[in-house]
Amino acid sequence: MTAVRDRLQQFLAFGSLIAIFLFFSIASSSFLNYSNVTSILFSTVVIGLLALGTTFVIITSGIDLSIGTGMTLCAVISGVLIVNSGLPVWLGVLGTILFGGLIGLVNGFNVSFLGIPPFIATLAMMLVAQGLALVISDSTPIYFNDEPGYTAISTGHLLGVDFPNAVLVLGVATVIAAVVLNKTILGRYTYSIGSNEEATALSGISVRRWKLAIYTLAGLFTGLAGVMISARLASAQPGTGIGYELQAIAAVVIGGTSLAGGKGSIVGTLIGALIISVLNNGLQIMSIPQEWQNVILGAVILVAVYADMARKRRSTV
Amino acid sequence: MSKWLAVCAAGLALGFAACGDDEGTTTGGASAGGGGGGGEQPYIAIVSKGFQHQFWQAVKQGAEEEAKAKGAKITFEGPPTEQDIEQQVTMLTNAIQKKPAAIGFAALDSKASAPLMEQAKAANIPVVAFDSGVESDIPVTTAATDNIAAAGEAAKHMSELIGGSGKVALVVHDQTSRTGIERRDGFVDWMKANAPDVELLPVQYGGGDQAKSADIAKSIIQANPDLKGFYGANEGSAIGIVKGVEESGKKGITIVGFDSGKAQIDAITSGVMAGAITQNPVGMGKQLVDSALAAINGETQPKVIDTGFYWYDKTNIEDPKIAAVLYE
Repeated sequence: MTAVRDRLQQFLAFGSLIAIFLFFSIASSSFLNYSNVTSILFSTVVIGLLALGTTFVIITSGIDLSIGTGMTLCAVISGVLIVNSGLPVWLGVLGTILFGGLIGLVNGFNVSFLGIPPFIATLAMMLVAQGLALVISDSTPIYFNDEPGYTAISTGHLLGVDFPNAVLVLGVATVIAAVVLNKTILGRYTYSIGSNEEATALSGISVRRWKLAIYTLAGLFTGLAGVMISARLASAQPGTGIGYELQAIAAVVIGGTSLAGGKGSIVGTLIGALIISVLNNGLQIMSIPQEWQNVILGAVILVAVYADMARKRRSTV
Repeated sequence: MSKWLAVCAAGLALGFAACGDDEGTTTGGASAGGGGGGGEQPYIAIVSKGFQHQFWQAVKQGAEEEAKAKGAKITFEGPPTEQDIEQQVTMLTNAIQKKPAAIGFAALDSKASAPLMEQAKAANIPVVAFDSGVESDIPVTTAATDNIAAAGEAAKHMSELIGGSGKVALVVHDQTSRTGIERRDGFVDWMKANAPDVELLPVQYGGGDQAKSADIAKSIIQANPDLKGFYGANEGSAIGIVKGVEESGKKGITIVGFDSGKAQIDAITSGVMAGAITQNPVGMGKQLVDSALAAINGETQPKVIDTGFYWYDKTNIEDPKIAAVLYE
């Protein structure tokens, strides 16, 4: 029964994406073409990766506010590993992703073993990560200009024809996230902790350990996002990152994942992230003043969440 | 199942090792920040607009050098982003509480801080404004770039480079800060007055975020295949435009930027960018400390001190006068 309901929500989100997409295609002659669609996909990569990881956390009815500055800290770590220490690119990337996992692990430890509410634990981590990014980088950007192999991870064209590698990375990460959430025991416990944590614990499952694993997994995606943003900009910019977490959370929510936990899907999150980038891109192409772009984005989030709530109310009656 | 357990175990082991690291770095940072008390030297508390842009680091460097040379003690702080007006007001409040000999202040919002200027005056602390003015008579002087003139200079070069006609797009960092407003208006007004055939597209704002500005630039290119020029009003906007143009693969767009930074200098050297306006941040930092010391000694100063700007491109980037004010 829940499966049917989830599919309905995905269909709703997907329907909105198609509707918005069609609207811009008709409204502007320069919207629907190969290069614009790839640039929409490209601009979804970083927020999309952050949103994928956060989906797991939000399904457990947690939240992760540390992903934005955590991503920045990971970008700086990548610079330290690859540029400053001269590690080979593949090793630096691996180290950065693992470092992201470490941030998640600390979050998970604070939430599940110390019992700090996720909002507070990850808010604290957001500040720690922001500060550490500045301390470690000495508040100056680290440049990857002499590491063409690194920037190619984002802007190279493995498939030729102007299709940036970053989009492939997002695609592969989405598949992995979907498999983990739908086909593994980790995914099953993610849902079960979110639906009823007490019942899950009573059935003999170590909720603490699994939460630790879930936050760590989310951190790995943060690490990957750190790699992708620094590869795109050919630099780790230590002062940025604030605000990315809220965009990622918005993508998750638009995609139908409930902040109350227990419900959600990876496909929904991807669709949510795409809705945000299609809106941003389309409104810019139509030269809508920026102030109004934010108003419209806010309205879309309200409508998406209201639709979700209304559907739930109907289904409980 | 066992695979996941193994992953968790590995993560756990790594985690504890690095928890220790985290702690080490934090305490190291804290003790470094807390150091440096006492002494007979005059203390100047500087509240900047931020530190995320290299520009502020260069101002800080200039201020530190001058303070060392003249025998003063300074602190330099700023909010995490240039939208955090409230946080900056708190920093200024705290700075006044510390009873420094003088305050250096770069207002994010020229009106929001006016009441605090009264407080500083009541406490007999002279204030030197820098980078952008404050709407108050209290600062003894304002050490700033004439941003309207500087943006006009950027417009003049843009118009010359594109032959006086065609579509030009602007990516500006924000619509509330004085540099955002003046660099937009200075550019737009010059074009309206001097280049009637240049068509300016609606201004877009990228918050100075490189990735966001790059996405905006790509959308503009999509919507306007006949675009001839791009103007980026600060470092993040300009570098974002360069990224966006490169990612779109579009050739023949003239890009004019603002400030410096390694990525922008590289783009100008390689010819992707036509040129940029640079302020003189190191000189601004020096002037700020000089003016603060003069104010402590009760000397009168002009209301506004222009710290200067230059147009730089491939031809003069090596010029010692230019090289001295560029920062990586």
